[in-house]
Amino acid sequence: MTSSPVHDLECIDVSKKFGSVRAVDNVSFTIPSGSFFSILGPSGCGKTTLMRMIAGFEDPSNGDIKIKGKSVVETPPNKRNVKMVFQHLALFPMMNVYENIAYGLRCNGASKSEIEHRVRDVLDRIALPDVAHREIHQLSGGQKQRIAIARCMVLDPDVLLLDEPLGALDLKLREAMKIELKLLQHQFNTTFIYITHDQSEALVMSDHVAIMNEGQFEQIGTPQQLYHAPNTAFVAGFVGDSNRWSGTVAQAQGSDVKVETTAGLPLNCTLIGNNVPLVGEGVEIFVRPEFITVQRQLAKTDGDIDAGHNQLEGVIDSLLFNGANSRVLVRSQTNQLIEADVTLTGGTDDLKPGDAVHLIWHAQQTMCFRT
Amino acid sequence: MLQKDIKRLSLIMLFTPFALWIALLIIIPHLGMVVLSLREKVAPRVYEYGLGNYVDFMNEPIYWNTLLRTGSMSLLVTALALIIGFPIAYYIAKIAGYRTRGALFLLCLIPLWVSDLIRAFGWILLLRETGVVSSVLQWSGLIGEPIEFLYNDITVIVGLVYTVILFMIVPLVSTLDGMDESMVEAGYNLGGSGFTVLRRIIVPYAMPGIVSGCIVVFMLTAGSYLTPILLGGKNSSWFTEQIYEQFITRFNWESGAAFGFLLLAFTSLVVWLGLRLTGQTLANTVAKS
Amino acid sequence: MQLKTTLVSLLAATVLSSASMAQAETLRLMTWGSYAPDELVKKFEAENPDITVEVTFSNNEEMIAKLRATGGAGFDLAQPSHDRIYAAQLEYDIYKPLDLSKINTGDMETSLLDGVKANTTIEGEVYAVPHQWGTSGLMADKTKAPDFAGWGDLCDPKYKGKTSMRLKRTILLGTAFSMGENPFDAYSDLDKYQSILDKVAEKLIECKANIKAYWKGGDDLSAMMLSGEIVGSETWDSTAYKLYGENPNIVFVPPKTGALAWIDTFALPRKGKADDAAYKWINFVMQPENVTIMSGSTGAIAAVKGGLDLLPADKKAAVTAAFTPADIENLKFFANIPPGVEDMEGKTLDKIKAATGG
Repeated sequence: MTSSPVHDLECIDVSKKFGSVRAVDNVSFTIPSGSFFSILGPSGCGKTTLMRMIAGFEDPSNGDIKIKGKSVVETPPNKRNVKMVFQHLALFPMMNVYENIAYGLRCNGASKSEIEHRVRDVLDRIALPDVAHREIHQLSGGQKQRIAIARCMVLDPDVLLLDEPLGALDLKLREAMKIELKLLQHQFNTTFIYITHDQSEALVMSDHVAIMNEGQFEQIGTPQQLYHAPNTAFVAGFVGDSNRWSGTVAQAQGSDVKVETTAGLPLNCTLIGNNVPLVGEGVEIFVRPEFITVQRQLAKTDGDIDAGHNQLEGVIDSLLFNGANSRVLVRSQTNQLIEADVTLTGGTDDLKPGDAVHLIWHAQQTMCFRT
Repeated sequence: MLQKDIKRLSLIMLFTPFALWIALLIIIPHLGMVVLSLREKVAPRVYEYGLGNYVDFMNEPIYWNTLLRTGSMSLLVTALALIIGFPIAYYIAKIAGYRTRGALFLLCLIPLWVSDLIRAFGWILLLRETGVVSSVLQWSGLIGEPIEFLYNDITVIVGLVYTVILFMIVPLVSTLDGMDESMVEAGYNLGGSGFTVLRRIIVPYAMPGIVSGCIVVFMLTAGSYLTPILLGGKNSSWFTEQIYEQFITRFNWESGAAFGFLLLAFTSLVVWLGLRLTGQTLANTVAKS
Repeated sequence: MQLKTTLVSLLAATVLSSASMAQAETLRLMTWGSYAPDELVKKFEAENPDITVEVTFSNNEEMIAKLRATGGAGFDLAQPSHDRIYAAQLEYDIYKPLDLSKINTGDMETSLLDGVKANTTIEGEVYAVPHQWGTSGLMADKTKAPDFAGWGDLCDPKYKGKTSMRLKRTILLGTAFSMGENPFDAYSDLDKYQSILDKVAEKLIECKANIKAYWKGGDDLSAMMLSGEIVGSETWDSTAYKLYGENPNIVFVPPKTGALAWIDTFALPRKGKADDAAYKWINFVMQPENVTIMSGSTGAIAAVKGGLDLLPADKKAAVTAAFTPADIENLKFFANIPPGVEDMEGKTLDKIKAATGG
């Protein structure tokens, strides 16, 4: 939208200390205009503190926060053009919908007719034109959500912060709201910063996601990058499901590494990172279940399997049926449980517990990280 | 079946003491008061029914002036208690830590452990011409002559505010306690100044607590007896004193009962007006705080 | 289970206490503060082991109000002032006639006995006998207010902010006397009495600016007087005598128009249950050796022959310092209050209280 090189939001070496605890530790990032940016991390990782610093409710211990290129560290929260949708929405129960939305405009000293006009307009844009005179408690969960966003958007903020606003909704509604939020963001074309611990929310909606852990950003990237090319073991483990083993390096050649897991299983892996490990060093190994193929009989003879493949035999321990996302748990000969995605058609040749199977996956999809 | 009977029985047993209390100690005595207030003495041991006692009240400016004075001073006390109590309640509910909170509540409660009379005498010891405050001021050289702080309306108001402020703080704390902090933050975030947030968000949210605190404080103040009598000056009549005088000194139970009923009616009217003006309902305020 | 135990023990306690009540008689005495010193109560109980004395302290108005509320039940002996019996009895029927043969009236000061009898006889029945008498008047600190002599001096601008009074009927009567009226004579003509009251009210409203505060009881009066916050006040003589003991400069001053004298009496509430015990108490406290103990506690003079001489030495000194025989001659005994007067006086007092005089 804007051609200027100025970013909507820029954080430079932002830290926040509570006593000796570093809740946010030297975080730097920039967010391009009009994008949907998520900060994803487990609870207690510092993401809420970071958001509160952006909104102005906490002062950073050091570092700078710039909005549209201007530092806002000295600006009080009510003067920042950063609006926030709170976790429990924080709609004002003593005002009706119209008054809730008009509140910010009144604070800005807008005229009565302008308020009227803009409230109507924003209600139209969120497709709730008839609720202006309802009380807050008369709204459904999804409607409240949209009103909370409208209340911020009517003020044309530079950045909209959303603090896990879907947490309180039930599953179906949450799924629907994910899509709706994304659409709203497109419609308003405003930078959204979305904070969550729920990876599916982050992956589905975001243009970019930052993975946060113990006060620091582990990786920033598109959802696909994070999923397929995690930089760290934490990201690999946190984003998406994985089979995870620890092991030691048996042989290393460039990024092709042969390792042996602690249970004694030999695996061919691809090393992530630049430092080639020494033989005998510890590594963490991740394989996503959808990359593992389950076969009753090997399609080829043993000898034909590529050197770059991993292959092992096991017995199905249990089926985890979940429609299109069904899985099997396979017990290997080394007595480890391995998850693999399967397609269950409901026919007679579906896999059953007790079946002997072969598991095959490619070394490219076997990520290993130095510990 | 049996289960249901037991449930009903326990409900009745739980409810009975309350019903008895209301009926025996509140409804019946008040009905008695109404009946008594409608009796007029025409000769020794001869009575007639009529509105004479109420007519007497209307015809005697001293009486209704005292009632109006009691009412307006009680409103002032209520307003002061609210203005002083609100920041304290806000601090206790929203700012103080969990432990400090208990301690602060306890501090507010301490004055209630002492009887009204002792508290009033405490004020007298402090404020009299030869009392602590006057002596300290003299000793420090701020004043040359001893000053009498007692026996004026300001002292009465101070004493009353001190006595009733807890009853303002408690409902305020419990209402403010339920307020989500993010509501205040949202108020700032959307561009409100501190004053706007207070006026448009905190106060409206706390309104049920404010109203119920004000009702309790107003009723307690208008019905208080010892503090205004002991701290009051030569001109400070209080309506309860009138009632006492009618009952005890002048043996005029009939007019005392009428006065008592008028006080009840007057305070109820003020409370009703207050509820109307703030747009609250009694159920709303009582349920929320 | 616990509730049951509690109930049982409560029941047991009730049974036990009613059993003990059955054995000993209880004399429920309603009187003025200090009119039942512990020493006398113990002595009385020792002499009459089957009688327990229960004392309730009160004042004239409350005594009548309490007895009126129960129709004369709840107490066995009351001690209202002599002017508060006639009208109360007519109006509320709360006392019963005395059996004079059971009281040693022979020891009583004849003039006081006859006076009380005259005041409290209804349809030929006598309702009260005298116990002690005393006066209301003025007190002053001789060093600071040497020429305090009459009721009017309370309103003397010389003592602005340094005097006090109790806003009750005594000051109305005293002021009326000081203005040359005789309010007791006017009791028979209530219109005239009203005109006197109006004049008194005017005077006292004018006087308000001169008054520091209206005292409510002996304690706050004593505190103001001893601290020197006031130099002169209307007072009960007994309060003045007590202060004389602490500061000999503070003396009781009988006003030149005459101190107002009251007599506290013995009267039997209509539904009293221990008349014999009551008569025993009356005769007991009127015995000379007990009179001294009583007067020591109350500061009032017993209505027995030679009552003045039976005062303890310090009180006697205070009385003789205050009264000349001429002052005693000049005493004005409170006259019976006819129905209606209390209301008139009450309204006058309200008017004074409500007026803004300073």
